[in-house]
Amino acid sequence: MKKVLEGSHAVSEAVRLARVQVMSAYPITPQTHIVEALSEYCSNGAMNARFLCVESEHSAMAAVIGAASGGVRTFTATSSQGLALMHELLHWASAARLPIVMAEVNRALAPGWNIWMDQTDSLAQRDTGWIQLYCEDGQEVFDTTLQAFRLAEKVSLPVMVVLDAFFLSHTFEPVDVPDQDIVDGFLPPFLPRFELNTDNPFAIGQMAAPTIYMEMRHSIQKAMERVPGELDQVEQEFAATFNRRYGPMEAIHCDDAEVIMVVTGTAASTCRKVISDLRAINEQVGMLKLRMFRPFPTDLIRQVLGSAHKIAVIDRNFSFGVSGIFAQEVRAALCNYKGHPSVFGYIAGLGGRDVTPETLEEIYWKTKSTDKPDAESIWIGLNPYSSFQSRSNS
Amino acid sequence: MEDCQIMLQQKISDKDYMYPGHVACPGCGAAIAMRFALKALGEKTMMVIPACCWGVIAGPYPQTSLKVPILHTAFATAGATASGLRAALDMKEDTETTVVAWAGDGGTFDIGIQALSGAVERNEDFIYVCYDNEAYMNTGVQRSSATPFGSRTTTTPGKDWKRSRKKNITEILAAHRIPYAATASIAFPEDMIQKFNVAKQLKGGTRFLHVFASCPTGWRIPTEISVKIARLAVQTNVFPLYEIKNGIDYRLNYKGDRPVTDYLKVQGRFKHLTDDDIKQIQDMVDEDWELLRRKMENNLVT
Ligand SMILES: Cc1ncc(C[n+]2csc(CCOP(=O)(O)OP(=O)(O)O)c2C)c(N)n1
Ligand SMILES: [Mg+2]
Repeated sequence: MKKVLEGSHAVSEAVRLARVQVMSAYPITPQTHIVEALSEYCSNGAMNARFLCVESEHSAMAAVIGAASGGVRTFTATSSQGLALMHELLHWASAARLPIVMAEVNRALAPGWNIWMDQTDSLAQRDTGWIQLYCEDGQEVFDTTLQAFRLAEKVSLPVMVVLDAFFLSHTFEPVDVPDQDIVDGFLPPFLPRFELNTDNPFAIGQMAAPTIYMEMRHSIQKAMERVPGELDQVEQEFAATFNRRYGPMEAIHCDDAEVIMVVTGTAASTCRKVISDLRAINEQVGMLKLRMFRPFPTDLIRQVLGSAHKIAVIDRNFSFGVSGIFAQEVRAALCNYKGHPSVFGYIAGLGGRDVTPETLEEIYWKTKSTDKPDAESIWIGLNPYSSFQSRSNS
Repeated sequence: MEDCQIMLQQKISDKDYMYPGHVACPGCGAAIAMRFALKALGEKTMMVIPACCWGVIAGPYPQTSLKVPILHTAFATAGATASGLRAALDMKEDTETTVVAWAGDGGTFDIGIQALSGAVERNEDFIYVCYDNEAYMNTGVQRSSATPFGSRTTTTPGKDWKRSRKKNITEILAAHRIPYAATASIAFPEDMIQKFNVAKQLKGGTRFLHVFASCPTGWRIPTEISVKIARLAVQTNVFPLYEIKNGIDYRLNYKGDRPVTDYLKVQGRFKHLTDDDIKQIQDMVDEDWELLRRKMENNLVT
């Protein structure tokens, strides 16, 4: 049934229908609507679950780690400072091979305090062993959350479902919300690979000597390598039931494109329009929407981007001292590819600044008209009169 | 104070839930504490252990030194991880299993106090045990907020021995109106096992046990006097044995009458103390004892 849902509630509806058993979270804007709805579901009986109102995000992740080790389906949600506070436990969750699902609302990190859209929070967690899926709209948020449980439980790795602050978390859209029995058909009850059991006592997460630690790490990578295939399988089953699929990425007009714009999140929707406008005036432009960031779809990236002349990566994030993070990863994927295209890195829309069609058009024309990028990162829309600009050399 | 008495255990199980061959140092009070605790708790127990010496004593992969399941967890998280595990068991309708968080003083007084306080405020249904060896022993004897006044550690060395008092964790827990908080000592096994029995039976809320566990390595004492030192801590009122129900109902289990010097003089970590320093410590201990005595007298429950 179609419902008009806020992006946050696309998450909480999916979590309800996934029959999650233990949840724990700590409030932070713009994640609050997700966890408020889930608290309500626990309270009014819409869900048969426990919601642990812990005293920090660090504890929220620890609590779901404890619960998942006990063999139940778990969920948490956070954003920005909260995700940063969880960092230690993010490594723990993946290395303990726990299929925890987390909604992460992309928000800027302080200082200055800023509650708006920015991807640096989740991208800074790229090395923690979490699968990361970036969503474009409310339906994709709902679908990805459901798929995340299947995927996590297949490969015994945690999954982060990432959505833009406000542009997605607080925007209302029609979302198809299926009935419980249909979801049950797609998502069976969680069968843990292992769980703590007093009849068969063993230890989880103990010391690991140099003789075994490397093999443990390698096994996590092997699980990561299974993700593309497993995601494909999950999506096939999902499509059979719901008639929708997304893939690890989506390529539009890339086959004959001279310039391909690489986008994520809600900017992909804006880019769809820009691409079609530009195509209407015969510009050879394509777009690549990246949905799966971890594991990074290196082979697909090479296939899709390899034949273009120029790639324009739009980063709503930044790794200081290097470049935008998506640009960095795209460059790394292409560097061993013979005759690979030039990669232009654009920084736009940090801390909630809009990425409008005009922003993307400016990026396109700039890329088209320049042979080679004149800098590692090209910052779009900086105000030259800002006091930070005039002081930037000091 | 008339009713002040050590609880006497009728029967102590001769079953052990610890395997021999674990890697604790000789004379380790923390190992003794676990052995006694599990005698009371039995096999339907799950241990949540954050970073601490016990994280090592429990054995490296693929070994384990306990006959009950262990969930190792990050240093600051014992209270939160145990909450999550308890919630999972509740969802699976397993009400029989006792979840126990088993943390050192660092994991309890310092880095883990926030998660612990949160769990106790929610009155989570598990037992939290702090085995207190009065420093970060696993990392090489650095001071914690459980390190007593006067002690040398590797971060309070030489003339800079610790000048601040030990944090009173049991009173902090009592202030949460926790259903049951008690101190126990490895030198008083009957009393300790009885307290674990009480804690085990008081299901439905958080129960806190503060267990004094000597550390020959960190305290610089001969291994063979480990238990003796723990006994002296009680006999000198440095570590009084008492219980608090619901944060208001105090009950003292032992009344010490020996001077603190008997306890301090035999330990390397205190050997630099002058008579004046020892006098100062005696005054502090007397003051704490007096405070405890008044709380006992002012019991709201009689
Ligand atoms: C976040 C974090 N900081 C520091 C450490 C290093 N560390 C491991 S155990 C430990 C001390 C533990 O002290 P305590 O809790 O008193 O237990 P004990 O080792 O004395 O038994 C420290 C500092 C860690 N594992 N995690
Ligand atoms: Mg210690």
